[in-house]
Amino acid sequence: MTAAPAETRSYPDLVVPRPRIPKPRRRGVSVALRTLGPLALLGGWWLASATGVLSPDVLASPATVADAARELWADGQLTDALRVSLTRAVLGLAFGLATGLLLGVVTGFSRLGEELLDSPLQLLRALPFLSLVPLFMVWFGIGESARVVLIAVATTFPMYVSTAGGVRNVDRRLLEAMRTFGLGGWRLVREVVLPGALPSLLAGFRLSMTLSVIALIAAEEINSTSGIGYLMTQAQSFSRTDILSVCVLVYGLLGLAADLLARGAERLLMPWRAKGAAR
Amino acid sequence: MSTAVHLRGLRRVFGTRAVLDGVDLDIERGEFVALLGASGTGKTTLLRILGALDRPDGGTVLVPEARTIVFQEPRLVPSKRVLGNVVVGLPRGAAVQERGRRALAEVGLADHSRAWPHTLSGGEAQRVALARALVREPELLLLDEPFAALDALTRLRMQDLVGDLVRTHRPAVLLVTHDVDEAIRLADRVAVLKDGRLVTDERVAARRPRDAADPEFTALRRRLLADLGVRLPAPEPGDEQEKAGRPSEGAIR
Repeated sequence: MTAAPAETRSYPDLVVPRPRIPKPRRRGVSVALRTLGPLALLGGWWLASATGVLSPDVLASPATVADAARELWADGQLTDALRVSLTRAVLGLAFGLATGLLLGVVTGFSRLGEELLDSPLQLLRALPFLSLVPLFMVWFGIGESARVVLIAVATTFPMYVSTAGGVRNVDRRLLEAMRTFGLGGWRLVREVVLPGALPSLLAGFRLSMTLSVIALIAAEEINSTSGIGYLMTQAQSFSRTDILSVCVLVYGLLGLAADLLARGAERLLMPWRAKGAAR
Repeated sequence: MSTAVHLRGLRRVFGTRAVLDGVDLDIERGEFVALLGASGTGKTTLLRILGALDRPDGGTVLVPEARTIVFQEPRLVPSKRVLGNVVVGLPRGAAVQERGRRALAEVGLADHSRAWPHTLSGGEAQRVALARALVREPELLLLDEPFAALDALTRLRMQDLVGDLVRTHRPAVLLVTHDVDEAIRLADRVAVLKDGRLVTDERVAARRPRDAADPEFTALRRRLLADLGVRLPAPEPGDEQEKAGRPSEGAIR
């Protein structure tokens, strides 16, 4: 790499050190590589539809789906459905994240909290939230509240588990030092514990966001009269695979957007995280 | 003696600053070279390039195949016991375990092989790191301020231990440090890195075991400190040790 051949020859038993560290990549290349996967999927779909391998009864071609999306967008159905669905997801997620965060901090930070709360929460966590759907309908009726509560319940647990783990892993020696400087209670949690646990919190956030979309689908399957799920139920009864595909794509894009949001939050919330390799 | 390290015109640039700007250095096999420099002069960068942890931007770098590093912090895997840390990355087997045990005995930790790293003191952990480096029988041992985080007494004992072990195993050694006394005590040759180049590269003439009261020792220390930008007042006989600001070595030996 850096040795002239003549010099290498005069030291036959020596070698040029070869660092096994990745070369820094330009941002453009990285973005291009990231978009490669989704584009390949789209290309495969288009090719399968164009060659007739994929019949329109099974899955509409990308062009038909784009037409359906345009049509739904133009008559306002898609925007309405999106608004309703997003409100449900965001509301449920907000409740779920807040509950998970609170419970996680309590069990991660205080021994008493862990002893009291951890086992009942682990028990509840083991319940598949889909099995709660009929029960919630009895408790909350078929209105909005049942849906929001379902999403909240589903998203609480990943956030709880990640938060509790992250809080527990905050450097004990750092906490000890901060206590000698008179920092305690809520201020210690806010100024040292939560920033220290942030990587785990954001991991929990991402898991919860993905789960909120899944819970949204389940919630909208029950007696819905609005939202993406309702749109899907209708499309299903008319065998409109193009509209079904649009809805599936919307769900996928929602998940992607949620992930991008979480990554953005990571960059924004942790400015102290050093970039690049350790020196 | 043949050559273990051959550097010509080594360059490394961070941003617009050339941290290493044409470093030439040769280390013989079995030779102990100490590299001094103020913080931020690129001593550690140089060591990391020799250890294949960083990439040079120019120049010739030649090193032996078998190299090991002792870092400033022990860097032990917390989930492996002490012996597991010493033989980490080596092929499994009874023979290797035995070699690991022998290396631990050499650093005086024979009965700690089943201990967890977090139960060790700073000096013990650093001795494990030393055993981990030596068990691989390196032709080049890279020491990156390995004593900097230790207390003064432990540091002196560790310096003696490293001196003894190096004399037994005879690897080529590059010790990066900012401690002039440490460099003179241990090294066959001392070099000073400043503004990206080696401004000094000279053999240590003082006889071993080296004593800080030896006039050769004090003269060399004065020269090296001057190279590092530290001016000492004119020498007065008998008070050199106080100026160094650390306990007298005679008391520990």
